Amino acid sequence: MLRDITLGQYYQTESVIHRLDPRVKLGGTLLYIISLFLFRNFLGYVAAAIFLGIVIRLSHVPFRFMVKGMRAILFLLLFTVVFNLFLTPGVPLVTLWKLTITREGVEMAVTIAIRLTMLIIGSSIMTLTTTPNNLTDGMEKGMHPLKWIGVPVHEVAMMMSIALRFIPILLEETDKIMKAQIARGADFESGSLIKRARALVPLLVPLFISAFRRANDLAMAMESRCYRGGEGRTKMKPLVYKGRDRIGYLCVFLYLAVSITVGRLPIF
Amino acid sequence: MSIILDHVSYLYSADTPLAVKALDDVCLQIPDGEFVGVIGHTGSGKSTLVQHLNGLLKASSGHIYVDGEDIYDKDYDRKMLRSKVGLVFQYPEHQLFEVDVFTDVCFGPKNLGLEKKEVELRAYDALRKVGLPDELFYQSPFELSGGQKRRAAIAGVLAMKPKVLILDEPTAGLDPRGRDEILGQIKELQRSTGMTILLVSHSMEDVAEYVDRIIVMNRGKVMYDDEPREVFAHYRELEEVGLAAPQVTYILHALKERGFPVDVNATTIGEAAETILRAMGKKDDRKAQRETNPMQDAVDPARSGNRQKQGL
Repeated sequence: MLRDITLGQYYQTESVIHRLDPRVKLGGTLLYIISLFLFRNFLGYVAAAIFLGIVIRLSHVPFRFMVKGMRAILFLLLFTVVFNLFLTPGVPLVTLWKLTITREGVEMAVTIAIRLTMLIIGSSIMTLTTTPNNLTDGMEKGMHPLKWIGVPVHEVAMMMSIALRFIPILLEETDKIMKAQIARGADFESGSLIKRARALVPLLVPLFISAFRRANDLAMAMESRCYRGGEGRTKMKPLVYKGRDRIGYLCVFLYLAVSITVGRLPIF
Repeated sequence: MSIILDHVSYLYSADTPLAVKALDDVCLQIPDGEFVGVIGHTGSGKSTLVQHLNGLLKASSGHIYVDGEDIYDKDYDRKMLRSKVGLVFQYPEHQLFEVDVFTDVCFGPKNLGLEKKEVELRAYDALRKVGLPDELFYQSPFELSGGQKRRAAIAGVLAMKPKVLILDEPTAGLDPRGRDEILGQIKELQRSTGMTILLVSHSMEDVAEYVDRIIVMNRGKVMYDDEPREVFAHYRELEEVGLAAPQVTYILHALKERGFPVDVNATTIGEAAETILRAMGKKDDRKAQRETNPMQDAVDPARSGNRQKQGL
């Protein structure tokens, strides 16, 4: 039941995007997201969609697989759209009882829906094509300058990679404990809200205990291998920019220049 | 309480590129009161199989009949099914959560909606059956030893008084003595209550001594389904799929190859000792008396290990 969440999952395959340096993917995603908020007309979104389409094709990740992950946030999307639709002041179009849909509201809702969808698909490409380890490596190296102002970059990166690594394990564990309690007659699906909250106790107590046990084991394993923070620590596979990474950066900046120019043309 | 599986298949992560066929056209029949061993290599589908029997997983295709009723029928009572078919998961001690052992064991019967008195009677009875000493009943389950925790967890399922008890690797991570004790208690339970028991394991040794019948799973399919002696006769094929017959099978085959008239179908250590004694006796009475004793030790290294160590 919990296996179906694909958001933030890594998709194992062979592609140019998979081989790119994680810093390129991180930076590219960030710039792509920023670009989405700078457009003033639909042409910008067309440009962004074309760029996104090319990247998806290059990544060899089936589009269907990405959309499946979207289901989890469909509710959030609907929520935002509905609120924007009804609560934006402006020229009224339709009035239903006390709720009014305005011209501006429709525009706003459509823009928000497009932005959110493209934002989520864009960032899911990053997680789908980058292993968690690579991602945190990229973050650590990318955030390196922040060390000068006292940010514990290595520790943050290490915590992130551990957290990411534990997500699938804890999901599996939850699934297992849930099944074990269902086998003992537990009911997680029916009853009032309070009853359902109480039904979670037999799930949460073992889950927390197992999380602590695993954390303890991991700490022990790290200590016994003499881990003592990032000071003086070297990497087995240090991140080094290659030719394709430069091309990657070039593509991102090219996209940025084109899409923003087109997206801010005064048409409409 | 008979269980019938009719062409059951199951796909993990259906319609994704990661889809795995965990069960492939499985047909089985498990009659009342039988003690069945389900054996297979890691990933052979044995755990997936047993999770179907109490409706935790729903087959992608096929039907399962418990007591003649299709459990996938719309108006079939799944909760009733779970009280009929008790499932003890791998490492069941990870499911303990209550403040004391007794309350934890009460969880199952309480969920069945029984009266408080009945719930407590059942919990007490179940704890006695798994051989947990009384003074531990009101201790926190987290303070028990590994083996005690496992007993408490098994009692948690037994307290629901299932007619079929499924145990998924109940001896994983236990020492040899803990293993023998738990398996012995399960056998005793089956003998005294006539319960149907399915024991999932990857070790032939564990299972050979206790079960009436062995189901060997391989890559989601039923590879063999027969009495232990018949299954072990295929010991070479078993090795090919990463399993092994009990040690006695190998010893008996080796003896037979060297010309001893032993019965290679013996599956337990006792039977093996008997057939070897008989074979030796036929050959030369005097020699047999000298040789049988060390021979008996040799076929029983697990049991005689201590004795041998002391002797040496």
